[in-house]
Amino acid sequence: MSDRTERPTADEPNATTGTTGPVEAAPSATGPAEEVVEITKSGRAGHPATGGGEPLLEVRDLAVEFRTREGVARAVNGVNYSVHAGETLAVLGESGSGKSVTAQAIMGILDTPPGRIAAGRVLFRGRDLLVAPEEERRRLRGERMSMIFQDALSSLNPVLSVGYQLGEMFRVHRGASRREARERAVDLMERVRIPAARERVNDYPHQFSGGMRQRIMIAMALALEPDLIIADEPTTALDVTVQAQVMELLAELQREFHMGLILITHDLGVVADVADRIAVMYAGRIVETAPVKELYAAPAHPYTKGLLESIPRLDHKGKELYAIKGLPPSLTALPTGCSFHPRCPMATERCTTERPPLHTVLDASEAPVEGRGSACHYWKETLHG
Amino acid sequence: MGRYVVRRLLQMIPVFIGATLLVFLMMYALPGDPVRALWGERSVDEAQIAAMKADLGLDLPLWQQYLNYLLGLFRGDFGTQIASGRPVIDVITSALPATLRLTALAFLITVVLGVGLGVIAGLRRGGKTDRAILFVTLLFISVPVFVIGYLYQVFFAHNLGWARPTVQDPTAWSQLLLPALVLASLSLAYVARLTRTSVAENKRADYMRTARAKGLTGRRAVSVHLMRNSLIPVVTFLGVDIGNLMAGAIVTEGIFNVNGIGSAVYRALSYREGATVVGIVTFMILVYLVVTLLVDLLYAVLDPRIRYA
Repeated sequence: MSDRTERPTADEPNATTGTTGPVEAAPSATGPAEEVVEITKSGRAGHPATGGGEPLLEVRDLAVEFRTREGVARAVNGVNYSVHAGETLAVLGESGSGKSVTAQAIMGILDTPPGRIAAGRVLFRGRDLLVAPEEERRRLRGERMSMIFQDALSSLNPVLSVGYQLGEMFRVHRGASRREARERAVDLMERVRIPAARERVNDYPHQFSGGMRQRIMIAMALALEPDLIIADEPTTALDVTVQAQVMELLAELQREFHMGLILITHDLGVVADVADRIAVMYAGRIVETAPVKELYAAPAHPYTKGLLESIPRLDHKGKELYAIKGLPPSLTALPTGCSFHPRCPMATERCTTERPPLHTVLDASEAPVEGRGSACHYWKETLHG
Repeated sequence: MGRYVVRRLLQMIPVFIGATLLVFLMMYALPGDPVRALWGERSVDEAQIAAMKADLGLDLPLWQQYLNYLLGLFRGDFGTQIASGRPVIDVITSALPATLRLTALAFLITVVLGVGLGVIAGLRRGGKTDRAILFVTLLFISVPVFVIGYLYQVFFAHNLGWARPTVQDPTAWSQLLLPALVLASLSLAYVARLTRTSVAENKRADYMRTARAKGLTGRRAVSVHLMRNSLIPVVTFLGVDIGNLMAGAIVTEGIFNVNGIGSAVYRALSYREGATVVGIVTFMILVYLVVTLLVDLLYAVLDPRIRYA
């Protein structure tokens, strides 16, 4: 896996892949992303060529449960999404909506027990990871897919120097020597623009500021130039000015390496600037998926609509801030039908009994909108009404 | 770091003076006196006793006796035993090696077995191995050392014949093994339980999740990432524990008839040999202080968040 050639850089026609990905549950949506896949193929010697529009990562009907004392908590209930190379998918949702659990299931770092993957497939370049042997998955982690965590202070080992922790990637996956690994660690730190990298390589995580620590996390995830990065709320623990810097850095590096990026967040503001597509999660399901601009312009699910309306706006100054009424449901006792119905202003009798599939969203001329889906019986009314 | 060490070394001076004074006072408070003890049951000529006391400086006021003792110490003179006429320093240096050897062996057993069992139990928390280790360590904690000592003697020496019931030659490690096991059992149980909790807790830490997400092998994640963090509280405990082991050695030496500090102190106490008792206790206190200093320095090496200024 180490015989990789140089990667193409950002001068390719990139980052405009907003509408490339077909939504799995929307069968009529076809949006091959030839140019994107071509780039990936040429940059990947020794890898089986992937088919035309085949995504980098495809999650199908993933279901994850946790055994708790109160019963089985269904954290993820049939999630579908896909990410292409060079694409940024934002997974949006409240705490407990299953977005992090999905990510951990993809990475294979779910705590089992108490967690259990009840159903589904996680296809990475067409290979189902859920049936792959653990050793193969371990090799993939860090090398092909890596993860950035929310709280860099607790996610980095407090008693090992950052240089050691960065260099470890090269030592474990590439068999680098101690000295070599240290050199690569300095390179990485320079790459994520940590000032005086060479002097600071032997420092410990607590000696860095929050933003710098998150840069180190990013550097660690990027170390082996993986195909896919999952960033689990990478900026939540940072203050706003640093948030912007870190997001910018992440977006820039993603463009440069042409990686697929899954950005997990609950911050609608972060998403708008960097994401190509958005998948909104609620109670362990994707309730809406759409290209970022279209979702902001016209949400097709009442939950998304509620989220957007609850953003404070300057032109609404003095008015009462909107909030979605009620609380997220308990995962051990999910509501019947649509999980959102107890909180939904549009809910009817039908919503309490019939679970809505992810409908393909059609535009005004009845043509399917590429990559748009909404798990609401009344998506049409939500969208146009 | 250097300033910290100097400060810690300077702190030893008041501890040293305080400890010697305390033991000195306690010896004085005990009934009986060493000169009279020389005559045993026989009738005594009071004039002879008074002359001998004056000769030894025991007729002086207490503070003067203490001062003389301290001045002697600074000249390297630990005093002389009244009954045997041996210099106290000889008594200490002949008895100390056996005790140090016993303590060191017990400490080694504590570290190896205690940490080892603790890691195994912590990694498999809730499993059968874990429960077995918890049960055994609870037994060690609740049964007094002398009971464990006699049980080991009966079981390993008399019934199985694997070891001698008493130590004939305290320079032979093989003979010291059984008493060292007895001495270590209590500390070992505490260390195992502490390690277990620490490992189990750190196993769930965020950085362990990161280690897995980095694609590290399970072995590397445990040995490099988990162990360094889990051992920090254990090392602190081990430092304090050396003192307990030295004190415990005195009881264990009694059970296994080891000719160490324990028997020397016991004999000195029965003859009211103040100088010997003070000398031995002071010496042990110094060993303890040095070891705790070393452990505290080691603590800073293990945990970079701790900086001594």
